Amino acid sequence: MPEYDPILYSRILTFTTLAFHIIFATIGVGVPVMIALAEWMGIKRKDPHYLLLARRWARGFVITVAIGVVTGTAIGLQLNLLWPSFMRVAGQAIALPLFMETFAFFFEAIFLGIYLYTWDRFENKMTHFYLLIPVVIGSSASAFFITAVNAFMNTPQGFRMENGKIVDIQPLVAMFNPATSTKVSHVLSSAYLTSAFVLGAIAAYALLKGKDHVYYKKALKLTMTAALIFAVATAAIGDLSGKFLAKYQPVKLAAAEWHFETAKEAPLVLGGVLNKEDNTIKYGLKIPYALSILAHGNPGSEVLGLEEFPEDERPPLSIHYMFDAMVAIGIFLLLVSLIYCVLARRRKGSPKRRWNPNNRPLLWAIVAGGPLSVLAIELGWMFAERGRQPWILVGFMKTSEGATTSAHVDTMLLLFVTLYIILGFTVIRILTKMFKNHSAEDEINAIKAEADITKAERNSMEATGNHSETEVNSKL
Amino acid sequence: MSYELIGITVLWIFLYGYLIVASIDFGAGFLSSYTVLTGKKHIIHGVIERYLSPVWEVTNVFLVFFMIGFVGFFPDTAFYYGTALLIPGSIAIVLLAIRGSYYAFSTYGARDRKIYILLYGASGLLIPASLSTVLTISEGGFIDAEDGKVTFLFRELLLSSYSWAVILLALVSVLYISATFLTYYAHRAKDMPALELLRKYALFWSFPTIGSSLLVFYAISYHNPIHYAGMVDLSWMFALSLTCFIIAISLIWTRQRYGTAFILVMLQFALAFFGYGASHLPYILYPYLTMYDNFTNEAMALALIIAFVAGLLLLIPSLYLIMKLFLFNTKYVEGREKK
Ligand code: HDD
Ligand code: HEM
Ligand code: HEM
Repeated sequence: MPEYDPILYSRILTFTTLAFHIIFATIGVGVPVMIALAEWMGIKRKDPHYLLLARRWARGFVITVAIGVVTGTAIGLQLNLLWPSFMRVAGQAIALPLFMETFAFFFEAIFLGIYLYTWDRFENKMTHFYLLIPVVIGSSASAFFITAVNAFMNTPQGFRMENGKIVDIQPLVAMFNPATSTKVSHVLSSAYLTSAFVLGAIAAYALLKGKDHVYYKKALKLTMTAALIFAVATAAIGDLSGKFLAKYQPVKLAAAEWHFETAKEAPLVLGGVLNKEDNTIKYGLKIPYALSILAHGNPGSEVLGLEEFPEDERPPLSIHYMFDAMVAIGIFLLLVSLIYCVLARRRKGSPKRRWNPNNRPLLWAIVAGGPLSVLAIELGWMFAERGRQPWILVGFMKTSEGATTSAHVDTMLLLFVTLYIILGFTVIRILTKMFKNHSAEDEINAIKAEADITKAERNSMEATGNHSETEVNSKL
Repeated sequence: MSYELIGITVLWIFLYGYLIVASIDFGAGFLSSYTVLTGKKHIIHGVIERYLSPVWEVTNVFLVFFMIGFVGFFPDTAFYYGTALLIPGSIAIVLLAIRGSYYAFSTYGARDRKIYILLYGASGLLIPASLSTVLTISEGGFIDAEDGKVTFLFRELLLSSYSWAVILLALVSVLYISATFLTYYAHRAKDMPALELLRKYALFWSFPTIGSSLLVFYAISYHNPIHYAGMVDLSWMFALSLTCFIIAISLIWTRQRYGTAFILVMLQFALAFFGYGASHLPYILYPYLTMYDNFTNEAMALALIIAFVAGLLLLIPSLYLIMKLFLFNTKYVEGREKK
């Protein structure tokens, strides 16, 4: 057994909680957008399939939100419990966005509550749709605020350090630090992308299992079209993030690319194995000039190497693989959604079935895209956070100085890992049960039957002038 | 008013808000699982579910707001309380997690699994118990902060009669607040059997509430005489609080004006809670922290207050909307509204 070290356990516990929360947070940011798209299409095209889609997504969303809320509350408390010294300093300078985030939550929570319980309450269908807008704004705003805090940890500004005390604080300058814009936009676009792919994967899986209703095809088309747009945006903003790193956190970029010596016309290495003795790379795929392009947009430009930085301020070199895997997944998602959209368009022109967008290999690729996109989120955060080490607040505070000194962090780690395992299993069980018990086909038939009844009733009411109030069974 | 006072007042108001909405939630959870055990579930379950379903997430945000706001306004509290509260804080998180998620599961997912409902009910009592110890700790004597090293004296806490008095008060208040609210809600829903049962619960828990508050008074006079003296100075607030209690209970007893009765219950707790808080000042953690030597800088304080006001402008209309749709909409309350 290694000796008890509260810093190490605090790091592992923070990692576990964040890695678990980020899955549900990402879904929490992205899925409302997808629900809004589906409901809007349903209303505009008067197509009950899209409305049912929105309804079913919303129903599953409730479950994932619940986990997002409880794990988020856990992080909020845990940050104080595990990093008290850091929060004492950060609280002075970056409390503003954290504080505003709680308002975003409030806003989201209130309207989500209303949205979920008012499906059939309003005469005008658009009224119900409008209730979703605050949910979308609230969840994206909370992502914005929390990411601004994280950006501050990478490029702190808006204060001065004087004899260990923080002075001259400018809250807005701290919040809108150099990392904020690229980080926030990349986080948002990747959350939308991931949600589109996760929902698309569900539809693709249903088609693969032999369900053949147009409901699933419509779901797939909607999600993949959205995914294509978000994938392009994510890759483009990812490229900007690389340029941001080259300017403000060159050591993170150098470590991610195993770029040891400052050089012009720097190549980019994909994968590979590092020989630690002489810093040579084997088996990697070398793309000439690519690193210079990623860093500065110009093949001839100079990229700073690790040699420029003191040894004890370099992040672990393992982040190379995380970066590569994230980018690889990003390209995969882009290609898959592109191929689907191209095939889906082509088919319209030529009646021949040769270019079926619902062919099995493509469907399997879409199914794989769901978990892969979540993996990319995890890898991206591991890259960003581990690449910040050894700092918790770059240039001002090392991670080891920010941690708690309390005993028992190891016991708490055990407690929380158990909790997350139980929650994780339960959420999967509940979701599968929920959708197995109410299959989409059954609901479509129910809606049809109900529409018939309503029509028949209206006719009979007109005939008899009878004003009986009918209770339509709720479908939620 | 100084920034410090504004800050602490804002936070105290939100904690009070949490106290009320969370008590309703926790107590309702307990009552509904209690009725599952005694086979009276069908009587009150509908009422409870209709109220709780749309608002449970909002309840949680009150707590998050208080927690984050506190660290924003008083960054040093993170250091002291954060270090000291690792274990009780983590236990509270786990309980909140179980409660929140299993509530959603049992309501939206697999309906009516007994184990979920029981977990849900039990956590409804354990959470207030564990959260109330934070107030106990703030009275001093349970944290030792020599030479910048903070230790939590867990044994003292377990053996302190003051600490147990506070826990007792927390538990009975939760049941009392939620029973009085649900009585009102059942009345609005015109659900007579539920009204009868809930009214009985409300009356049953009323006197233990007063009894345990007296116990807390008594215990604090030994534990922290300075705070006790402050409370005596503000004794008019506590006397008013008692008056509200008496009127509220006589209204419920005589079966009239359940709505007014609940407002009086809220006033009863507001007066006692703010009396307690005001006499606690200036200490945030006796005797180590006062609100003056740990306040955040002026620029941040101003920014937070501006953000707060802007946030309220958004929140109040939204809260009004949700109340209008789910609390004051007779059709919904009576369960006649389509979902
Ligand atoms: C579906 C998820 C996803 C996908 C497909 C991509 N990313 Fe990403 N990336 C993230 C999800 C993500 C993230 C989880 O959202 C991160 C972690 C921290 C952050 O700001 O965003 C991130 C961080 C991140 C950073 C570090 C920013 C920093 O540390 O400040 C860079 C340079 C890139 N990404 C670049 C890319 C490029 C060039 C991609 C090409 C396709 C790409 N990402 C795809
Ligand atoms: C240090 C990091 C983080 C902290 C302290 C944190 C805090 C929280 C808290 C306290 C909640 C519960 C709020 C409630 O009661 O409603 C929550 C939920 C949520 N968080 Fe996080 N969070 C963190 C990371 C993130 C990130 C990176 C994102 C987005 C990319 C995010 C997005 C959300 C969303 C959207 C919710 C609402 C629940 C949902 O819709 O699933 N959070 N978070
Ligand atoms: C206020 C906020 C934050 C604090 C105090 C914080 C602090 C930390 C610390 C100390 C670590 C351990 C680093 C290591 O040992 O490698 C860590 C890791 C991590 N954080 Fe953050 N972080 C914050 C914000 C965020 C946000 C917003 C996210 C997004 C979800 C995030 C995601 C992660 C992840 C995924 C890791 C694991 C990286 C690894 O593999 O080590 N963090 N964080």
